[in-house]
Amino acid sequence: MIDFWSNLHPVVQGLLKGLAVILVIFPLAGACSLAERKISAWMQRRPGPNRAIVPWFAYVPFLGRFLQRLGVFHLIADGAKFLFKEEPMPGHVNKLYYVLAPALAMMPAFATVTVVPFGAYFNAAGDAVPLMLANVDVGLLAVFAVSSLGVYSLILAGWASNSKYPFLGGIRASAQLISYELSLTLSVVPVFLWINAPGTPGTMSLAKVVEFQSLPGFWGGTWFLFLMPLSAFIFLVALFAETNRLPFDMAESEADLVGGFHTEYGAFKWSLFFVAEYSNMLVGSGVFALLFLGGWNPLPWLPLADFVGWLHHLTGAAWTIHPLFVGLLSIAIFLGKVLGLIFVFMWVRWTVPRFRYDQIMKLGWQKLLPLAIANLIFYALAIALIQQSAS
Amino acid sequence: MAPILFHLFAFLTVAAAVGVVANKNAVNAAMCLLLCLVGVAGLFVQLDAYLLAFLLLLVYAGAIVALFLFIIMLLDMQGRPAWGFQKLATLASLVALGLLLAGLGSFVARGQLEAPNPNATEGVGAALKPYAYQLFTTYLLPVQVMGFLLLIAMLGVIVLSRKVDRPEDTP
Repeated sequence: MIDFWSNLHPVVQGLLKGLAVILVIFPLAGACSLAERKISAWMQRRPGPNRAIVPWFAYVPFLGRFLQRLGVFHLIADGAKFLFKEEPMPGHVNKLYYVLAPALAMMPAFATVTVVPFGAYFNAAGDAVPLMLANVDVGLLAVFAVSSLGVYSLILAGWASNSKYPFLGGIRASAQLISYELSLTLSVVPVFLWINAPGTPGTMSLAKVVEFQSLPGFWGGTWFLFLMPLSAFIFLVALFAETNRLPFDMAESEADLVGGFHTEYGAFKWSLFFVAEYSNMLVGSGVFALLFLGGWNPLPWLPLADFVGWLHHLTGAAWTIHPLFVGLLSIAIFLGKVLGLIFVFMWVRWTVPRFRYDQIMKLGWQKLLPLAIANLIFYALAIALIQQSAS
Repeated sequence: MAPILFHLFAFLTVAAAVGVVANKNAVNAAMCLLLCLVGVAGLFVQLDAYLLAFLLLLVYAGAIVALFLFIIMLLDMQGRPAWGFQKLATLASLVALGLLLAGLGSFVARGQLEAPNPNATEGVGAALKPYAYQLFTTYLLPVQVMGFLLLIAMLGVIVLSRKVDRPEDTP
């Protein structure tokens, strides 16, 4: 098995690995849409989707009814519906860009996954090896660069639809995404100032950030959420705006723009926008977890290595330090954090009402951006002082 | 693998650049510009200049072309007849073409390009520190001048677009 794998051409290896990650992300994004409906329902004290069921599955005692009430079959039903629905093509659209826009939405959402590490295992020497598709030094910069291309799907969808509401949605989306990108980028600079100590080669790698949060000692094990709470807050707010989530739901805003940029879309093209939005949320939450929540470390001040050692000590079983187990454990911890953040996204949706458009622009340019710059200057000075006194 | 990728990206870049100039539809032209920038970024990646590639994507493809599209959509250039070649524009293009041919000719006359020594070049790959060090020491003055120029441009836009307060405008 291992021999067969390592004999494959690197390009084929890369393709297979990419496919594997996409096969995880796509259903996960679909499951998020179901979770969105279910969590919204719970917050509004209604049952939510609870009808669809596979024939005869109801006869399975307890489990059948439980899964039906949980609504898991709605996921399959929705997916099948989107696949087999007739795809209407409105007569007044620009056909090339109308078809291109949903594809453009998916591409950056999936391409960013390549540089996001999602777990780690320990090699024979005891060093943590991050699990990721491409371990490049530019790391976060690549995420920002590629995800910034996602704005074109919204602009083009709005423009190609050639009708009033999508056009307004597209205009709003382009202005909003560009405005909040500045705060998003500035808010993470302190993190990288901190991990790029003098004398080390500079890096933007996300795996390196996690490594810094798993160092021994009090300051080493502190998650950056506690070290830089303001950075984390600005990043999270800008992330909401970048992923077009409520309360920054301006591109879509059902209340005044029908459906915003995707008003003219239906069937599978529409669901592609939907999946892209959730993939963006997943990647964004992943980056947040890596930067501020310690990545795959289970708890603050409890790095993965200590946790695994403790498990091994407790059970005495050899499989607890097998790289495969450690890798799966770290992926599980990381995914747990990501899904927790997804829940926060949905929680905020039903807690904070949607802003008006001028409020969004004012918040982005007059509050968040100066705050991000002040935060950066403060941490630049503080880190310079700390590192000077340390050396 | 690398030569195939180089030819792919080079062709993409040149074809898209021609598309920018030749397209009458402004949105098509902007999208060609985007493709062109992506092609250039791909070429940068092949030169191991990852940082430059991603900065190009982040700043130009991600923000500036998006703003171009935004403006094109706001002004709604659809259905307006394309401007023909004006005398000054034709002259400028001819001068540019002459310069381009002269540059190409000088390369051809020299016969070959000296490959730069990657070990001697600072800031190859994704290493940020050499870039930053250069920016804050050797190239500090040009960076400041560029920043000042951009500031002037911004101030100009603010002054030009400022609405003159008239009594009937205020509610």
